[in-house]
Amino acid sequence: MAQVAYNKAARVFGGTPPVRAVDGLDLTVDDGEFLVLVGPSGSGKSTALRMLAGLEEIDEGGVQIGDVDVTTMPPKSRDIAMVFQSYALYPHMTVAENMGFALKLRRIHKQEVRRRVEEAAELLDLTSYLDRKPKALSGGQRQRVAMGRAIVREPSVFLMDEPLSNLDAKLRVETRANIASLQRRLGTTTIYVTHDQVEAMTMGHRVAVLADGVLQQCETPRELYERPANAFVAGFIGSPAMNLRTVPLTPEGAELDEVSIPVPRAVTSGRSDDSEITIGIRPESLHLVSSEEGSLPLQVELVEELGADCLIHGRTLTSTNRDPLIIRGDGRTPPTPGETVNVAVRDLEEIHLFDAGSGERLAS
Amino acid sequence: MNVEAPDQRLSEKPRAEKPAEPAEAEGTRRKRKREGAAWVFLSPWLLGAAVLTLTPMLVSLYLSFTEYDLFTAPEWVGLDNYVHMFTEDPRYWRSAVNTLVYVLVAVPLQLAAALAAALALNSIGRGKGFYRSAFYAPSLLGASMSIALVWRALFNDGGTVDDLLSSFGVNMGGWVNQPGWALLVVALLTIWQFGAPMVIFLAGLQQIPGELYEAAEVDGAGRLRRFRSVTLPMLSPVLFFNLVLQTIQAFQVFTPAFTVSGGRGGPADSTLFYTLYLYDRGFTASHMGYASAMAWVLLVVIGIVTALLFRSSRSWVFYNDKG
Ligand SMILES: Nc1ncnc2c1ncn2[C@@H]1O[C@H](COP(=O)(O)OP(=O)(O)OP(=O)(O)O)[C@@H](O)[C@H]1O
Ligand SMILES: [Mg+2]
Repeated sequence: MAQVAYNKAARVFGGTPPVRAVDGLDLTVDDGEFLVLVGPSGSGKSTALRMLAGLEEIDEGGVQIGDVDVTTMPPKSRDIAMVFQSYALYPHMTVAENMGFALKLRRIHKQEVRRRVEEAAELLDLTSYLDRKPKALSGGQRQRVAMGRAIVREPSVFLMDEPLSNLDAKLRVETRANIASLQRRLGTTTIYVTHDQVEAMTMGHRVAVLADGVLQQCETPRELYERPANAFVAGFIGSPAMNLRTVPLTPEGAELDEVSIPVPRAVTSGRSDDSEITIGIRPESLHLVSSEEGSLPLQVELVEELGADCLIHGRTLTSTNRDPLIIRGDGRTPPTPGETVNVAVRDLEEIHLFDAGSGERLAS
Repeated sequence: MNVEAPDQRLSEKPRAEKPAEPAEAEGTRRKRKREGAAWVFLSPWLLGAAVLTLTPMLVSLYLSFTEYDLFTAPEWVGLDNYVHMFTEDPRYWRSAVNTLVYVLVAVPLQLAAALAAALALNSIGRGKGFYRSAFYAPSLLGASMSIALVWRALFNDGGTVDDLLSSFGVNMGGWVNQPGWALLVVALLTIWQFGAPMVIFLAGLQQIPGELYEAAEVDGAGRLRRFRSVTLPMLSPVLFFNLVLQTIQAFQVFTPAFTVSGGRGGPADSTLFYTLYLYDRGFTASHMGYASAMAWVLLVVIGIVTALLFRSSRSWVFYNDKG
């Protein structure tokens, strides 16, 4: 168990032009913490993880595990265990041999290896498969073997790169919970890579959002949801995504089509009259109202019924925006497509404001 | 090995595991139709095999029970040829032992060279194509006489190697002329023709997922250990394929010995290989019946050896046909 730190770590892939896959990453993961690295495809999540594992060179800065600077150490000296997306089980070894391989290499006594393998198998419900080869296992079982291989090592850090992406949706939800509770029980520092923001929000103590190799924000799931640091994080975290609109800023506030949304003085001051601002409203911060007063008339294009809720996709009559506005409505009284409804913001506090140029969060 | 038994069974029936067709009858009908098409496409080859291979083989089986000098009609002698071969012909046994020694020396060395070259090629990024061709070249040239002649020039009495060694005060005379060394020289000559197994090894190496090596590295396996615990088992089907192919070929070694010794298997019969002796009996001494019997014994021996290899493969060849 140990704290993990990236110190301005960067990985640059050669080529023309060179790709800064991970750029100046500064991140500290506390002892025993479950940190999720999330971001769109190609944002450098895997690269960041592999840098810590020692499978990827570190071109600038360094990484630290515990008190040790491991920047130039080979993987085996770093005391980490990794779970790969493909699981990377040794196909010619049995489940038990797969799980015990690392211990065997460390010359740990056979009986001790057996004991630890059986213990982990018990934990993962794999006891009856110990003598099977991976090809005779289901996807979920293989995934658990990959976990088991990491657990028996009793490493100071677990690294997992999209370990659930090969499972079907139902199994993924189940396994997600299992991994989270297992981590809590073992208390091992864990870095978990995923591109699925639902996984990120449900599993991580903290979630680090990457975009183009740059860390955008690292916070608790709640904080990320409530106070995204910039428009990228705001749009990435939350499902369905936050409605983001860049609109003109007037003395009355932000002009979202026909309605003005009041903007705190702290935000307007110092901005010229014809400037723009990006406002963000989550689908759940909008609701349908009966009065036209102060509300936005919206033509309904599509209704996605989810049971308890429904997602209403609609456009204002004067809208020039490509993306529809999405509202989370009551599942029992969904509007019909083609209908015109009135939409209002539940609470002005729930509106997020971002700089139209830099995308940075403004004021509170 | 007991533990592996159920898996073995699994690995042997991958075809049966293909998703079952919903309409069983419809499925079999379509399958039969496809099989019919396969036979049609195979027919030219089957015809060729029947005319060009099977018929001569059957004729030679008949001839092996006769005395036949190519000019007069074959004369039935029963098992005489076989009896003579096994009990009264020391040169026959000499040729058999020579061939066996050759197989035991050349095949492992050739496969090792092929694997080493493939590993080297697999690890370099640039110029792979060039080196691949460069390593393959001896296999193409090796089949021709020229390379054997060059080897003769190198290893003969007064050849380059001899000269070189003499200048260091080692006086061996011609290498090919020494009964003790000649077989080894011929074996060496053929090791250079590792191009074909190398290319197959290379293809096998490129199939091994990189994540397996990374997993092993994280697990603490060094280079050698990764080779032993990842490369070799993952490569074992390819290794087995090459082993069978090269063994069968080695039993039939002919050209190098023929060129190096001028077709006589000298010096002192030390490079008298089985096929060379067979050729000698059949075409030089005109005992076609005897040569045919030799050919059939060779065929049976190769068959037995191949069967043994297949039997052994169950314990060391790993087929990863699923996942
Ligand atoms: N070996 C490499 N050589 C060159 N560029 C690379 C290499 N590996 C990764 N990259 C580049 O680095 C960037 C980050 O890649 P990385 O695999 O870390 O993304 P990721 O966030 O894991 O994406 P995904 O969700 O698709 O797995 C990408 O632009 C990718 O093209
Ligand atoms: Mg990735």
